[in-house]
Amino acid sequence: MHNKSISELASGLRAGEFSSVELVQHYLGRIGSLDKGLNSFITVCGERAMAQARAADEQLASGVTGPLTGIPIAQKDIFCTQGVKTSCGSRMLDSFISPYDATVVSKLQAAGAVTLGKANMDEFAMGSSNETSWYGPVKNPWDTDKVPGGSSGGSAAAVAARLCAAATGTDTGGSIRQPAAFCGITGLKPTYGRVSRYGMIAFASSLDQGGPMTRSAEDAALMLQVMAGVDNRDSTSVDEPVPDYSVTLGDDLDGLRIGLPKEYFDAGLDAEVAASIDLAIAEYKKLGAEVVEITLPNTALAVPTYYVVAPAECSSNLARFDGVRYGHRCDDPKDLEDLYKRSRSEGFGAEVKRRILIGTYALSAGYYDAYYLKAQQIRHLISDDFKRAFERVDVIMGPTTPSTAFGIGEKADDPVTMYLSDIYTIAVNLAGLPGMSIPVQPVSGRPVGLQLIGNYFAEAKLLNVAHRLQQATEWHLAAPDGFE
Amino acid sequence: MSLVRDDVEKIAHLARLAVNGDELDSVAAGLSDILQMVEQMSSVDTAGVTPMAHPLHMTQPLRPDRVTEENRRDLFQSIAPQTEDGLYLVPKVIE
Repeated sequence: MHNKSISELASGLRAGEFSSVELVQHYLGRIGSLDKGLNSFITVCGERAMAQARAADEQLASGVTGPLTGIPIAQKDIFCTQGVKTSCGSRMLDSFISPYDATVVSKLQAAGAVTLGKANMDEFAMGSSNETSWYGPVKNPWDTDKVPGGSSGGSAAAVAARLCAAATGTDTGGSIRQPAAFCGITGLKPTYGRVSRYGMIAFASSLDQGGPMTRSAEDAALMLQVMAGVDNRDSTSVDEPVPDYSVTLGDDLDGLRIGLPKEYFDAGLDAEVAASIDLAIAEYKKLGAEVVEITLPNTALAVPTYYVVAPAECSSNLARFDGVRYGHRCDDPKDLEDLYKRSRSEGFGAEVKRRILIGTYALSAGYYDAYYLKAQQIRHLISDDFKRAFERVDVIMGPTTPSTAFGIGEKADDPVTMYLSDIYTIAVNLAGLPGMSIPVQPVSGRPVGLQLIGNYFAEAKLLNVAHRLQQATEWHLAAPDGFE
Repeated sequence: MSLVRDDVEKIAHLARLAVNGDELDSVAAGLSDILQMVEQMSSVDTAGVTPMAHPLHMTQPLRPDRVTEENRRDLFQSIAPQTEDGLYLVPKVIE
């Protein structure tokens, strides 16, 4: 049952082959027996999920159903879920029971999806390995000594291990695509503004974007269909029509122009990963695509620029955690300043504090022009690189990450090395473009992600391009040992 | 750009974070590493480049100035660390 696609599960439910209650019980059973070794969930919503499943079965019996009625999914613990602990992977919000639903949560629930639980993540989405979570690291189901990637590491591990049919993630600098690559699943970061950020706990507001994490492009299309759309509660969401992502999935790729940025295939790329990417590109040529070498000359500036923009916005966003209205409060504060300082210092972990400090410094008097303003200018240059590229090509491809999943603890003490591992994903966020990672041929049993980058609002094209590869190959069907 | 203990103390105060005395040097070194990486930006000539405020160069939408939210103070205060008579409690600010 857990290897079926969302559409297979939906037709099985409609045909009465199994009920949503049976399906949810099956997944809860898998979580109960298999997640101890992975730690991909912070909260499992057993009773709540069973109640949602019973409601789904009533809907199925009455014939009035939504597109995801009875389908069990996981929500990244960054999405506020009413009545459920929403921790954002932080001690700061360990006691936070959300009083409202994020738009993504309410849309998925309205579509009939059942929330199995809240997926583990790097604290406040700051991390590339899921090691910064207050709830402990998540393990990669393909090799439990390796990280699952981050920050949506719990979502990626849970989808790869077949502990849910699909999950939500968020991506500020690669946090959907990099864990999707490390865990061998399909992840899509939509165009900035495509999916509402309302109720999605803010990290860097000009970069954050929610998206689906699934086992196939076909499933991602179904999830994004529900998640996307303008929302009057998020003034940065864009009022652009949402196309039917499923109808164009099978479109022919004949004449598709694929751009390969030479900067994404330089000396920093692992040779075996490069070979897997080449193999996938060769498949695309068989499908009728043409390959064009392109250049994104400002690629090397993406990481430095990001580590000004993201911390600056994070220091501002995380100022709300003051120990007064919600979240962690220290014991016996002696005055208001002590209340703020100790509550925040006890509530936040080392990486979050590091980024708040960098951001506070970059925004402090006298430094704004040299850091934030400069970064926003370079961001324009990076965005222009892509604009020029999309005059010549339909989609840009390259590796999602320079290597396969690294070891737990391997980079934890070296933040800058950890930051540089997001070299291929970060520019996409700075430009606000949609990006996707899909599994290609693994290296020594470890998954490799092919990154697809599209023009603004070209999600349908990305899903189509991803789907055609998944029809022609079987890389996306592989399951980790012990989770088949 | 490299930071020293005093810088970290000042920044930490601005961010309302407490950094222990014995951690100041290592925090300063860690932040300096990041700033050194960021320093790469200064090699780029950005004269005349418009800063990018929104990836899609959008302007903020406007809506009529009407109250649309209902009062949910009790619900919101139910998760607060300390409240009394509908107010959030903090240590005494004015003697």
